[in-house]
Amino acid sequence: MVNKKAIKKHREPPFHVVKRDDMPWWGAWGIRVATIIAAFLLVGLLSMALSGRSLFETYGIMFSGVFGRIFEGRTMMLWKYLQEIAILLALALALTPAFKMKFWNCGAEGQALMGGLASIICMIELGPKLPYPVLIIVIAVTSIVAGAIWGVIPAIFKAVFNTNETLFTLMMNYIATQIIAYYVYIKGGGSNVINPVEYGNFPAVGSNDYFVNIILVAVITIVMFVYLKYSKQGYEISVVGESQNTARYIGINVKKVIVRTMVISGALCGVTGMLLVAGKDHSINVNSVGGQGFTAILMSWLGQFNPFIMAVMTALVVFLRIGVAKVADTALLNSSFSEIMVGVVILMLVGCEFFINYSFKFKHNKKEAKV
Amino acid sequence: MIIQFICRAILLGVPLLYGSTGEIVTEKSGHLNLGIPGIMYTGAISGVVGSFIYENACGNDLSRMNPLLAVLIPLLCAIAGATLMGLIYSFLTVTLHANQNVTGLALTTLGIGLGNFLGASLINITKSELPSIALTKTSSFFSAKLPFADNLGWFGELFLSHDFLTYLAIIIALVVSFVLNRTRVGLNLRSVGENPATADAAGINVIKYRYLATCIGSAIAGLGGLQYVMAYATGVWSNNAFGDRGWMAIALVIFALWKPSMAIVGSFLFGALCNANNYIQGLGTETQELFKMLPYVVTIVVLIITSMRKKREHQPPANLGLNYFREER
Repeated sequence: MVNKKAIKKHREPPFHVVKRDDMPWWGAWGIRVATIIAAFLLVGLLSMALSGRSLFETYGIMFSGVFGRIFEGRTMMLWKYLQEIAILLALALALTPAFKMKFWNCGAEGQALMGGLASIICMIELGPKLPYPVLIIVIAVTSIVAGAIWGVIPAIFKAVFNTNETLFTLMMNYIATQIIAYYVYIKGGGSNVINPVEYGNFPAVGSNDYFVNIILVAVITIVMFVYLKYSKQGYEISVVGESQNTARYIGINVKKVIVRTMVISGALCGVTGMLLVAGKDHSINVNSVGGQGFTAILMSWLGQFNPFIMAVMTALVVFLRIGVAKVADTALLNSSFSEIMVGVVILMLVGCEFFINYSFKFKHNKKEAKV
Repeated sequence: MIIQFICRAILLGVPLLYGSTGEIVTEKSGHLNLGIPGIMYTGAISGVVGSFIYENACGNDLSRMNPLLAVLIPLLCAIAGATLMGLIYSFLTVTLHANQNVTGLALTTLGIGLGNFLGASLINITKSELPSIALTKTSSFFSAKLPFADNLGWFGELFLSHDFLTYLAIIIALVVSFVLNRTRVGLNLRSVGENPATADAAGINVIKYRYLATCIGSAIAGLGGLQYVMAYATGVWSNNAFGDRGWMAIALVIFALWKPSMAIVGSFLFGALCNANNYIQGLGTETQELFKMLPYVVTIVVLIITSMRKKREHQPPANLGLNYFREER
């Protein structure tokens, strides 16, 4: 009786999971694209169920919500869409070198806020005094430095004492938030709002206010791709990320790489803060970055450290965010619905990696018996 | 004044205590669940939805509400909602070997979206003009105090005047502490977090332990969200009012050095720090904003000190953040 139970307990499962690294690139991308299509279908069906519209109508509203009346020659919404992509992508790009090094920089929010704070201080205090080109240069330099400082503090402690960077950077976010709250309170005269500042704004190209932002981020995307793939520093980052011991063995100064990479990461976050303040809002508040620092972490990871894939993923997620919000809006649902959908889609994409990295092996008992 | 300050600190600290106790259980199994903010938020909104339905079923009539049901329904809803989130997390990270940080952050996005969506929907249903739902009737059951607490002066106010979820939080923390350090289950759980391969070889079901630890941890954290709504906010739900308590709960885990009993002290200290700005005389609103960063600064200092001292018993579980795949190596 006891034996029987034991045998039953140790029955072999019908299949087991093995790791694979032989998935061809088209197979991996096939799975990812299929997941994205499935996710979009799911989003459409859920929106359909909640809004009571047909599936085609739902997608139609999504598209018109994002691209607007582009066929009538009005491109305003398209530019806004590109602008939203630009900000999220800039943050994701900023985080990428750190992630490639396996440094979990969860502080993009705070680093961008500090960059933005530097910009707004320059715009308010120096705006009336300096000529425009000088002012822009001062804004750029101070916001880069501010972001870099905010990013490098956790990096130094990580390099010297191996302090947990995930929580350190997280806490730095909230300190930055409180500093912004303090500054906004002082400058806003207790109203929690700073009126848009007219000095030091990025120039509008044609009728488009966001052109400079979009071009800048496009340039950063290309530079980041080259930096990570073809530069010596990019190589060092990937070696440190793979194994710190290997890095030490081949003579890479790990501490130096950690600090340097976080300077770059923080500086780029600072640039994003500048894009937000000088290029978009011309003002600042505690919600200026609005949680995008966290979404950017997911974007960077979904992009597999490749800036161009990251751009595509960001475009998808921002499309969902705006489009589903529009669907929810027209159906008298509230716009938080789009947050849920973004969460679901990202979780699906995270889950689908399993089928790329692992495969199932089914048992063939008869064959084994013959051997 | 001082008594009032301490009571307030405890009230503020309890959600953090639930959150960090839950996270400690999860982290002991080797999983760093960054979804805790979303899970606590989901727990809170699930409880709100549960009590909303129950209050409406009773026709919003206090006299028709059964105290036991009024407490049990939100409680079970909160646990169910939070556990479900924990299940999603453990399915993705344990079974599908997904990256823990990314899964956790996505779960936080999902949970906060879910909370805001349901919250705003309920506000829509009630057609209230304020952007909040008031469940003060249910809350009155949750914050019911011992009848003789008022007669005992400062002693009564300090130790006996809290809502039952506060005592439950302390009990849970102590029980978790006992289970982790004094029982075989706790020993197994810790070994799974330290070295899953060894634990597996010793015949411990790693997958089962990780699933259970994550789900139980999430359930505990979900109660923190419920306590926030029902006791601290006196039953008033408004979107995003929960704030960054989830992240602070995760920070508290480090502050407490992965010890639930330390988390009790730590959470009340955090509550006091969060609240200090209201009790220091002569602070302008702008300086208050600066004071609100105190808990975060303290966390960073603790983080740095523990990493500098490198004492063995103060380190995180060795396999924290790493997924276990049996066939690797």
